[in-house]
Amino acid sequence: MIQITSRRAPVLRRAAAVVAAGALVPGLAACSDSPTNAGGATASVKAGTDGTDDGSRITLWTRAPLEKQAKLLVSAYNASHENQVALTVVPNDDYVAKVGAAAGSNSLPDLFAADIVYVPNFVKQGLFQDISANIDALSYKDEINKGHLTAGTADGKEHVLPFVLDLSVMMWNKDLFKEAGLDPDKAPTTLAEFASDAKKVQGLNKSGTYGTATGLNCGGCEVFTWFPSVWADGESVMNEAGTEANFTSDSAKAVFSTWRDLWKSGAVLPSSKNEAGPTWTAGFTDGKVGIMPYPATLLSSTTGFDVGVAGIPGSKGGESTFVGGDGIGVSKDSKKAAQAWNFLSWLMSEKAQVGVLAKDNDVVSRGDLANNEYSQKDDRLVKINEVAAKGQTPVSLNFQQAYNAPGSPWLSLTRDQVIGSAGDLSKQNAAITAILGQ
Amino acid sequence: MTTSTVPQAVRPMMRRRRRQKAAVGWLYAAPMTLIVVGLFVLPLLLVLQMSASNWPLFGGNQGVNFPQNFVRAVSSPRFVPAIVFTVQYTVIATVLLLLLGLGLALLVQESSRWKGFLRTAILVPSALGLASASLLFYVLYSPLVGPFAGLTNSLGIDLLGTPVSALWSTVFLIVWRFSGFYMLLMLVGLQGVPEELYEAARTDGATSWQIFRGVTLPLLRPTLALTSVLAITGSLLAFDQFYILTKGGPDNSTLTVVQLIYNSAFQGQNDLGVAGALSVIVLIALVIINAIQLKAFRAPDEE
Repeated sequence: MIQITSRRAPVLRRAAAVVAAGALVPGLAACSDSPTNAGGATASVKAGTDGTDDGSRITLWTRAPLEKQAKLLVSAYNASHENQVALTVVPNDDYVAKVGAAAGSNSLPDLFAADIVYVPNFVKQGLFQDISANIDALSYKDEINKGHLTAGTADGKEHVLPFVLDLSVMMWNKDLFKEAGLDPDKAPTTLAEFASDAKKVQGLNKSGTYGTATGLNCGGCEVFTWFPSVWADGESVMNEAGTEANFTSDSAKAVFSTWRDLWKSGAVLPSSKNEAGPTWTAGFTDGKVGIMPYPATLLSSTTGFDVGVAGIPGSKGGESTFVGGDGIGVSKDSKKAAQAWNFLSWLMSEKAQVGVLAKDNDVVSRGDLANNEYSQKDDRLVKINEVAAKGQTPVSLNFQQAYNAPGSPWLSLTRDQVIGSAGDLSKQNAAITAILGQ
Repeated sequence: MTTSTVPQAVRPMMRRRRRQKAAVGWLYAAPMTLIVVGLFVLPLLLVLQMSASNWPLFGGNQGVNFPQNFVRAVSSPRFVPAIVFTVQYTVIATVLLLLLGLGLALLVQESSRWKGFLRTAILVPSALGLASASLLFYVLYSPLVGPFAGLTNSLGIDLLGTPVSALWSTVFLIVWRFSGFYMLLMLVGLQGVPEELYEAARTDGATSWQIFRGVTLPLLRPTLALTSVLAITGSLLAFDQFYILTKGGPDNSTLTVVQLIYNSAFQGQNDLGVAGALSVIVLIALVIINAIQLKAFRAPDEE
């Protein structure tokens, strides 16, 4: 018995080894078989006005903050079309890494949306196909949000359409305003008024309730909510080409000193100090923050209390907004550009803009649709659409590294000016320029 | 075996058998070789190529530019602070983990009544992935939604708010997550010490401390080598916990070397070449450190 098994064992083991080795080979072969199509960058999409709706499966990536809007849009499209869009939602912080990895291995999805401030760089790197011919054929081209179109334009060629617009607006909790003896219908018209409103709410001395909140360790949050105050004064934050920072103006100084004053007086939610983004709006949504510059896309999720909405004021009384959100385009790797365009042209149509986005209390991307049946019901939406027209979208190739990245020079500047020692502003400004100008 | 005793006719047969044996050996090794080549050697070569090439994240390989990536990596203003912080964190984490691991192992070994319960209780956190554990602690530490928010806010403590508190909050997470694992390794080592040696020592009238110094520690040498290599390598490559808890903040004070690599590749700079160069530098450093460690822990008679 023992002899038999001991003689057979090696045979069996040998057989197992062969099988195992054989099983590995196809896997490796598949790995080395990388796609060789790299010429997509220069290709341009030429499809009919509506593209092709032939029951293809189209892939679409977006980042998590826009999940709600993306899901609504995709399910409405899938319900009314032969084509089916498969949506992948990626966590915000991983999005650029995922897009980069996919771009390197030529495996980008057919369509992908990107934070509009990253779009100029993505376009320059050739990640999107040229869709100028299609966009030019749209009868309402001039009504499409200019900021997004410009961000996606390189060498006169358009690559990107607005997917979801996100504006920064001043929002305040009317219930807390009433309690603090403020007029709940009166928006602050200057930064100073904003600060005094926040301090009044703070003055209620309610445990767990604060005057205002922000993300002091979140470059993107600050860009989104503080740039508009500079624009409202008629100043600019960068030069036209986006290669030089300009945060030494009186308007920018007023923003930093207003927040410094608010922080010192204790009117800012304490966790704002290290808030890196994930929960920077949570305090307001919970009804524990009086007033803060806030993303308009979250209007529909602030329930349980009355909310007032206005543009973000500057130090001298004007108002403005950051026209952010995501642009969307056909990726260089897409082999179904005509089908992808079908989704994009539907996205721009009244059906999607009003029937899906406006219905969900979101901002529409077309000026001619700003006044629609849904916005008419809610004067806050009318206000948001009004503010949108005064907004800007900053364009710079190195925007991410200069502003949004953890430890960016912009974050060093704002942290020092607001909660630090308020050191040499022009030096910190130069550090941003050094990155922008690379 | 000497060839002289083998009759001439048998030799070819033996040679054939030896060849067969070699072939079978190769066959056995083939799956592992394929895995190592596919998952280790090829990626390593790719990183070496990246580190010597101009390779933007979105643009792909743009050709050789050695040694600019290394110059840029080393001259980055964050490079030296990241190394200093990583080494500081490694020293703290390694010392704490080894001491606690050994202490807990001795405790669990001695206690007979609560043995099973203690072992399980200490080991349970090891079953949680590091990223999930980090997320759990992120919420626990949060001054906004954390269960201790009321307490920490009233005491004026921000657990992730200052460079020092952020470091120790992370160290606490790591100790909670890994001390059970190191206890287990130490337990295995302790069980390898023959009971007779303890008996002999006791018969000779040695105190507990003397037994620990003279018997336990020397015989734990291989275990200590293993655990310190694991702890030091793991801590030098720390990423998940800091990525989730602090993102390198506040003000870049908790930026580790691997985070610096990640940031160079995916967060702003988007330069795989510089990230590759940093990776190669870290790899070389790790090889040197591990070699020194293994040499230091080698038993005297092996040298």
